[in-house]
Parts: sequence; C-alpha cells; structure tokens
Amino acid sequence: MRRSVSIAGLAAALVLGTVGFGTGQTSRVANAQEKMSMMEVKIDNFTFGPATLTVSVGTTVTWINKDDIPHTVVSTDDPKTFKSKVLDTDEKFSFTFSKAGTYPYFCSIHPKMTGKVIVQ
Amino acid sequence: MSEKKKDELLNDHNHDGVDRRGFLKCMAWAGTGAFCVMKGGVLNSYSLSRLSEISTPDMMGELSFVQISDSHMGFNKPANPDVAGTLKAAVDKINALSRAPEFMLHTGDISHLSKPEEFDTVDQILKSATPKDVFYVPGEHDVLNDDGKQFMERYGKGGKGAGWYSFEKKGVHFIGLVNVMNLKAGGLGTLGHDQLEWLEDDVKHLKHSTPIVVFAHIPLWSVYPQWGWGTDDSAQALAYLKKFGSVTVLNGHIHQTMQKVEGSVTFHTAASTAFPQPAPGKADSPGPMKVPAEQLKSVLGITDVNYKQGKQALAVVDSSLA
Repeated sequence: MRRSVSIAGLAAALVLGTVGFGTGQTSRVANAQEKMSMMEVKIDNFTFGPATLTVSVGTTVTWINKDDIPHTVVSTDDPKTFKSKVLDTDEKFSFTFSKAGTYPYFCSIHPKMTGKVIVQ
Repeated sequence: MSEKKKDELLNDHNHDGVDRRGFLKCMAWAGTGAFCVMKGGVLNSYSLSRLSEISTPDMMGELSFVQISDSHMGFNKPANPDVAGTLKAAVDKINALSRAPEFMLHTGDISHLSKPEEFDTVDQILKSATPKDVFYVPGEHDVLNDDGKQFMERYGKGGKGAGWYSFEKKGVHFIGLVNVMNLKAGGLGTLGHDQLEWLEDDVKHLKHSTPIVVFAHIPLWSVYPQWGWGTDDSAQALAYLKKFGSVTVLNGHIHQTMQKVEGSVTFHTAASTAFPQPAPGKADSPGPMKVPAEQLKSVLGITDVNYKQGKQALAVVDSSLA
C-alpha cells in the first residue's frame, strides 16, 4: 500500500514537476529573450567591455561610461550607422540594431579604443 | 657644490653643434628647475637658484614665450577637483618669471568637454596673465560634438583648414598644426594631406638658418603608440623641416614633460595645468593619475622658452606649479 502511494506520489511529483518545469522553462526562455533585446557595453579604463558583442536583430545596445574621462561611440562606416555625443562619466548611449551585420566602432576622442557589435 | 661640478663638466666638453648626450643630460635636469642654454655652440647649465648670479644679457634671450597645455577646464574628478585653481596658479607662475614672456602658446585641451562656458573660463583666467597674446591649437577635447566649429570661431580665425597657421616673431618662424581632427579607428593623431601640403609650401622659401618652432597637441614623435601618443603622418611633416638648422617641436596631450633630440630637431612635451597622466606603460590606461593632494602642484607645470637672435637652439625650461 505504502509503496503504491509512494510510487503514485513519485509519479504525481514527476508529472507536476514536469509541468512545472515546462512552464518554468518557457518563462525562463521568455526572460532570456527579453534580456537579449537589451545588452550593455561598459566603458572603463579606455576599453569597451566586451570588445566584441554578438546580439540578435532588434537588440538595443547601451554603452555606459564608467571611466573618469569622456568617451564617444562612433561606428566606422560611412555614412555612420551610429554616433554618440560625448559621454562624460555615468552617461549612456543606446542604439537598436535592426539589421544584421558587423558593426565596428571606436572612440573618436581616443581612436585606439575599438569595439565591434555582431548582429545575427 | 655638486651643481658647480656638473656645470664644469659640461663646459669642458667640446661641442660643435648640439651634443646629443650632453643636451639630453641637461634637459633631464629641466624638470628640477634648470636652465640649458646654448652659447657659442657650448651647452651651459645653470640651476634656477643661481639665476641672479648670471648676467642678464648672457642668460636672457631676445625672445621669450611660454607654453601651457591641457588645462581641461570642466574636469572635476578626484585627480584634480579644481582645475581653474591650478590654471590660476600657472598664471601666477608665468607672471613671476624674471623676464616677462611676450606671448603664450596653448597646445590644446583648453576645455574638457568643448563647452562654451569652459572656454569662457579659460579666457577669463588667462586675461590676468602678463602676456596678452595667446596662440592656440586644439586638443581632441576641444573639437567634440561640432567638428571643431566652436574652436575655429574662438581661436582659429585666420587659420587654414581645421585651423593651422604660421607667424613670425623676431626672426623665429612659428607653425601651429592641428592633429586631432578626423581621427581614424585604431589610429594615432593625424595631420592629413591638405595640412601637409600647406606646410611644405609655408616653409619652402625660408632660409635654412631660420629657427622653427612647431606646436601641436598630440606629440609629433612616437612616444607610446599603444596609448595613441604619436602622429600617423608626422614623418612627412618633419621631412619638410629637415633643411633647417634648429627645429623645436612643442606638444602636449601626455600630461608630463618629455624630451627627445634627433639631429637638429628638439621634441618637447609640456606638463598639464590640470592633472598628470602615467608614464608610458606604467598603468593600464593613460587616464588621469591621482597623486596625494599636497603633491598635485609638483606634477603640473608651465614651459618657459627663450631665444637669442644669432644663436640657433632655443632654451626650453619646465617648471612645476609647486
């Protein structure tokens, strides 16, 4: 009697667990997708971090300057896909990538600082 | 006593023209407040404290000017929360020079964020300096957001292209160059084709004996390319100046004094009046370097330059704000 209850219990738990897991997985995927639509690049110590960022089409990338010196975010193509105004410490710049491609960019004040966004 | 010995040692050397090692040795003392003056082909050094002992005609050139740089008006982070105060201290230092400079050169990064009020503040502070004429070249911080339009309107009238120009004082030919425009990703400072063409034409008809002073923001020699401390196409510019017997290149941008002699060309960078930066490679990045508050003035400075007609080399002396 106990065994069957426990088996039933186990089965029930498994079913519930699976259902629960399924729901959880769906919401986790949804959260992950939301997260993917907003990505951040941190500017600090004359570096873009991460230097190469891969995102999906439709993602908004936000650069935030955590350095104690101003920087800019300027794409290297011509005409420029994106070009921020000068960002002092804690200032941000956002751009939504609506087309797939590779977008190299740099800081126009300190041109040795380079980065890349790959949009897939 | 040891200073006297050093002077004797230099005087004993046989110099015909600039002796590279002797000049470098001399320039290395400049940071501690020494004078290096060329007299009849011989380098003499004097410490600033002995200045009163030395006769004025001997020491003082006929042309005297001051270089300041990197005032970064608007900067307010821990490395220096009061850049207006330290600029005022620089003006006090200039006004205290025994021979009043005739004019000033500002080698750029006048402002920190190219804001009108930042330029206004610098103009205001410099009004109380004895030398009333100031010649500017822009730093990368002066041409933000508007491709340098504001800088041109304020300081670049009469300049060509992005604001390069030349002028003459007492037979010395001064050339202001702009190497902070149209910077390319991964690159260094750049002069560009139009400016180089203008430079070639500008110096074409000058006598080889004309002393040349070139001033630009980013160093025109390769100080530390990894940090962008150099100019992509400066070799071309220097080629146009090869024929001259005396070329002095004055730069800023690196916020520390540095000297290099290459043949008849003396390269020199000035300290900032705002904040210091680390020596090449001595930190992760070339950002503002924090020092204890009581040490700040000792790592900021001005540069005093003297020229005596008939002599070739200019005497370049750095002094800190301490």
